Amino acid sequence: MLIINCPYCGPRDQSEFSNGGEAHVKRPDGSKEIGDREWGEYVFIRANPKGLFYERWVHTHGCRKWFNCVRDTSTDEILVTYRLDEKKPNLNNFKSVVKTPSGEPEVGSGNFTVEK
Amino acid sequence: MKKKYSIFSLAKNALSGHKEWPKMWRSPEPREFYDVIIIGGGGHGLGTAYYLAKEHGLKNIAVIEKGWLGGGNTGRNTTIIRSNYLWDDSAHLYEHSLKLWENLSSELNYNVMFSQRGVMNLAHNEHDIKEIKRRVSANNLNGIDSFWLSKEEIQKKVPIMNTDNLRYPVLGASYQPRGGVARHDAIAWGFAMRADEMGVDIIQNCEAHQIRTKNGTIEGVETSKGFLRANKIGVVASGHTGVLAESAGIRLPLQSKPLQALVSEPIKPIIDTVVMSSAVHAYVSQSDKGELVIGAGTDSYNSFTQRGGFNIIEDTIRAMVELYPVFGKMKMLRQWGGIVDICPDASPIISKCDIDGLFFNCGWGTGGFKATPGSANVFAHTIAKNEPHQINSAFNLDRFASGRLVDEHGAAAVAH
Repeated sequence: MLIINCPYCGPRDQSEFSNGGEAHVKRPDGSKEIGDREWGEYVFIRANPKGLFYERWVHTHGCRKWFNCVRDTSTDEILVTYRLDEKKPNLNNFKSVVKTPSGEPEVGSGNFTVEK
Repeated sequence: MKKKYSIFSLAKNALSGHKEWPKMWRSPEPREFYDVIIIGGGGHGLGTAYYLAKEHGLKNIAVIEKGWLGGGNTGRNTTIIRSNYLWDDSAHLYEHSLKLWENLSSELNYNVMFSQRGVMNLAHNEHDIKEIKRRVSANNLNGIDSFWLSKEEIQKKVPIMNTDNLRYPVLGASYQPRGGVARHDAIAWGFAMRADEMGVDIIQNCEAHQIRTKNGTIEGVETSKGFLRANKIGVVASGHTGVLAESAGIRLPLQSKPLQALVSEPIKPIIDTVVMSSAVHAYVSQSDKGELVIGAGTDSYNSFTQRGGFNIIEDTIRAMVELYPVFGKMKMLRQWGGIVDICPDASPIISKCDIDGLFFNCGWGTGGFKATPGSANVFAHTIAKNEPHQINSAFNLDRFASGRLVDEHGAAAVAH
């Protein structure tokens, strides 16, 4: 189970939060004609990386505020949480532990959750 | 040589202390070029290779697998098989699969331990009743055996179930007698062995790193054992399909999440059918060894950890103990998670894509095991003919542009 650092309330148990999927998704701006395919991609396709991932959470059973987060999906380690009005952090600031695209990290996957 | 299993081979090998059993498949080094490479050595991938060789006469095929055969979601599910889906497209697909299951042990001459002990889907409220009765009617129109059970009939079938004294009482259920369970390893091993006999190279410990394309045509795949050229590539990598698609520049509408399951200590036979409840989220069957096989849910967030959150298990166990108070003092032996790839409409993708020679069989989400032979069969057809089989034509990638979704959130059982 995760401990999530709400930017407004501090670290709380995951059961207080709900996940909101990928963060920073841009709606097509409507300045030009938008085809079905582009709409379909906007509606249905979300990033699904193994590794560093921008995502949204909401503190449902707390302050009820939305915020963003960078989490490593290969280990579930939460690297940073930040408010919606803050700039998104550069992923180069974080180390990715996935060596090959679909390989497992040494620690943090399966039952190897901590260093031996 | 075709390997045959019978009471005589068992007796013969017992006399030699079970040391002389032939290897079920070779472990060849990869060749430089294949007509078809299947990425993913689970049931769906091995089955695809089997049907490609058997029904479409292709010989130069490889299956590459990151770990060991059936070590991914094929070995991590609760092995429930049924075909009582709502929409025609899904009903045809899953029924095609169920029909193949019914004959698979004799076709492969390998016991996949398919046990048609019936599958029950419980209703806990007024809405469940309406939705399940509608599904039963839809199933009947598609010629699928499915009927409504009253609470009294459920009590007769599963006397240990607490139907009344709980927060969400049991009000009825749908029941599919032809549904059941099968041995998960056996389907991978059976398909692997028979595919290998037809010349398919099965290459384990070979991780696909990148799918290479040139001018919109497939070139091959970079693997941990070097670059393998291919005319066609079929990606059947469940949770990791999206990662591989990305390497070829294709974005798929998939989200990968851990789905958990757990088994108890073995006990004497106590439940002789499969009972699923999506409303309180608990489903259970009893394995031949006597363990209760319990299915839990997916995490709410994307993850590749093959572990899953503890809160999910707590929820499921809570529901289990309420539904079956007699299980209250049992110990759970093992828990695990598999990474499932979930589509927005809870239906799979078995489709070509923009790149010539690249095919995907993915998005099975929380319910792919039941479809293993059917999915493999139509995917092999799609790869061999470059055209979908009639059964999987609705499960294409275009549906996310056209909006013709196959919404199976109701029948998919595990709430996505």
